[in-house]
This record gives sequence, structure tokens and C-alpha cells, in this order.
Amino acid sequence: MDQTVLRPIMRDVQVMPIAGDALVVRRDGRTLLDRAALSIAHGAGVTVIIGPNGAGKSLLIRTLAGLVVPDLGRVTWAGSPPDRRRARRTGFVLQRPVMLRRTALDNLVYVLKLHGHNDAAGRVVAMQHLADHGLARVAATNAQRLSGGEQQRLALLRALVLEPEVLFLDEPAANLDPASTLAIERQLNVAVEKGLRVVLVTQDLAQARRLADEIVFLHKGRVLEKGEAHEFFRAPATAEARAFLAGDLVL
Amino acid sequence: MTDAVWQAFALLGSLNADLIEIIGLSLRVSLAAVLIAALVGLPLGALIATRRFPGRGAAIVLVNTLMGLPPVVVGLMVYLWLSASGPFGALQLLYTPTAMIVAQTILVVPILIALTRQIVADLDAELGEQLRIFGLTRWQQILTLLHEGRAALTTALLAGFGRAIAEVGAVLIVGGNINHVTRTMTTAIALETSKGELALAMALGLVLIFIAGLVNAAAMALRGGADAQLAPGRS
Repeated sequence: MDQTVLRPIMRDVQVMPIAGDALVVRRDGRTLLDRAALSIAHGAGVTVIIGPNGAGKSLLIRTLAGLVVPDLGRVTWAGSPPDRRRARRTGFVLQRPVMLRRTALDNLVYVLKLHGHNDAAGRVVAMQHLADHGLARVAATNAQRLSGGEQQRLALLRALVLEPEVLFLDEPAANLDPASTLAIERQLNVAVEKGLRVVLVTQDLAQARRLADEIVFLHKGRVLEKGEAHEFFRAPATAEARAFLAGDLVL
Repeated sequence: MTDAVWQAFALLGSLNADLIEIIGLSLRVSLAAVLIAALVGLPLGALIATRRFPGRGAAIVLVNTLMGLPPVVVGLMVYLWLSASGPFGALQLLYTPTAMIVAQTILVVPILIALTRQIVADLDAELGEQLRIFGLTRWQQILTLLHEGRAALTTALLAGFGRAIAEVGAVLIVGGNINHVTRTMTTAIALETSKGELALAMALGLVLIFIAGLVNAAAMALRGGADAQLAPGRS
């Protein structure tokens, strides 16, 4: 990517490190996050959050990303509460990609314009990104008509063109075939090499092993383990994590 | 009867000046009403769709009730406001096209609020979280949702126009069906038919049917063309 075309997008603004302290989220009388505590360090790398269904993984990253306000506890970005202005330094990719009703190219142009690019410059930058990621041939296609894999790659690209400090992903490959999953992972690895911090939720332990530098194990709304990935998979510290890895953990 | 049909076509063919005047006034009044109703109805509908506030449920019930308002009742209401002894009597608007625009606007606004609310609520369910992720302000979110729903919203505007152009009760009461001043297609049809002058009534009826057909065709083209909006190179 040609850096000269891109205006510096609020690079002075910092969100990392991100910390959640004693986060409690209740819905309909159920406690979904139960004093969950987690901090994500500054700098490149991949933090993967795993845990059984219903453990609160999606809710945890939404809360850290400032999309959900916790009932108790607090989230801080670089020491102060999340705010909309700095939210633009965070990215979020949903499990099911949400495309605007316009072309693939215009989906990218839309976010670039939000961040101060004019239309012409936005188009140049967007086209370059599509070309770099093998999506140039669908540039003029209605984004909602793309295949699931193409939509998710575009959604990831749409988050990455803004050069966030941290990117949250909520099971981005849950509905994808192996080739698309591979494409997504490759795209992520490239971004991480350039300095991105990724916080990924997945149900796919093989994917967790492939990508994770750091593992967070969530169980019944609480962070039970957080540590170096290789170490976690070799010797999980808690009985719950051992049971989960063995496929025996039932909520 | 057959004579009247031929006369009706002859009237249309001759572009009779009275006929053109009546059609022109009808279109002017209804288009103005829809335009004003859109300026009120689209933002209000979007607001009700995207914000939670006390009395929101009551507002939705109220809007849905108003949607079914009989035009004569709206006519009566506006008549009472604008009549010499009414609160707005000093404006001397009764029996003017302005009064008719006011009445039709009141008829169309609830339709536009209700349809906009539904369209925007559906889109918000689909896109809302993503728009928050983009870091949009409330108003940016609403504008983007309205833009995303533009095809459906245009259909809603056409539905509003259909209600306005077709109603007779409200414009009759507040306009008075005064020749060369407030005579519209529907009030003229009512009058001419009661006089037994079927030719002009039928000619105007044909024009109304033609307009209804045109509006429907436009609505269908818009629905079908929602994807055509995505022609390459379009921003």
C-alpha cells in the first residue's frame, strides 16, 4: 500500500493498551459476564479468546470494543474510558459480514470518506486495497451479492483500510469454507506483521493454535486463564480448560 | 352514455384549458403536500425507529391510528382551525390551495412516519451494529439508514402521493371546489357527476387512473431497479 496517498488517520490518538476491569453484564436476570478482567497489551500480536458456547466471548470483545456498556466494572482505552472519536482507531469484524447496499469498492470508499478522505483519493486508495487482496474483479459488484467468503474478506479489508491499532473479530470464519478461512488468516497475519493487535474469538481450536500468540480462556463469564498460547495448549492451568480442550466441558 | 365517453376523449384530446387547470392544481397541491410531509415524516419516522424514549409505544399507536384517518375528518379539523372564528382564522387561508395543502399534508404525514419507521427499523436491525462500529454519530447513523433505504422510501413517498391525489373529502371541505381557484380532479368529478355532466368527470377519471398507473409503474421500477443503483462507477 502506498502510504503517500493515505492521509494520516488520527495516528496521534491511542487506544492501546485496552483493559477491562471486573466487567459485569447482565441480561434478563442472567449474569453473562461475571467480573471478567482482561487487559490487552500494546503492540503487534494475536490474542485469541476461547471457551465453551455461552461463556460470554462475543460479549466480552463487544464490551472491550466499547459497543456494549458494562453494568458494572469499567473498560479503559489507554487509561481513559472509550469514546466515539477514538473508536475509529479500533476495528471490529462481525461473524456475519454486514455490507452496505453499494458496490464492493463503494463499501471501502464509504469508510475512507468518513475518515476524511475526499471521494477521488478514497477511490484510488480503495481500488489499490482491493487489488492488493485479490478482490479487484468484484470492485463494481453489489457487495451484498458477493459470496460469504468474499464478503468477509471485504469486511476485514474495510476494517483494515483505516489502519486500526487493534482489530476485534467475532468468529470471522465461522461460516466460511477452508479456502476463505485461509485467505482471512493470511490477511490477518500480514496486518499483524505490520504492527496490528488482533483480538479474535473463535470456536475453532485448530484456528486458535494456528493464530494465537496469547490465549484467553473464558468460562461462565469469567476469565479463568490468560497466557502464552503454546504454554496454554501444552499445560492448561485449570481443570475447566483441560476439560474444554479434551472436549469434555459441558456448561 | 356512449356520447359522454367520446366527449371525454375529445376533451382530453383537445387539451381543454379548464381540464389542464384542474389537473395542474391537483398535481401542485398533492406534490407540495407530499414534499412537506416528507420533510416532517422521514426524520420523525427514523427517529422513532432508532431511539428509545418515554411514550414511544404511544407514539407508534397514535401514528398508526392517524394513518386510517378519514379525509373528511381531517378536512373538518382543518376547517375548524382555519375558519374565521378558528385559531388560525386571521390567516384567511380557508378556501385557498394552501388550505388544501395543509389538509393533505396532515393526511400523508402519518403514512410516511409509519412506513419510514418500519423501513428504518428493519435496516437498523441489519446494519445498526456495523454503523456503530464505523463510529458514526446518531445523526450520521440515521442519514446512512435513510440513504440505504432510499428505494423503499421512494415507494413510501409514492404511496403518500397516491393517498393525496386520490382523496376528495378534505380538499372539498377546506378548498370549497371553487372554479379556477380550488377545483381539483376529485372535487370536479364529484360535482360534475352530481350535475349529470359525465364527460368532464370521465375525462378527469381517466387522468386519475393514468396517474395511478404511472405511480405504480414507478414504484415497481424502483423496486426492480434497486440493484441497478449499483451500476459500476456510481458513488
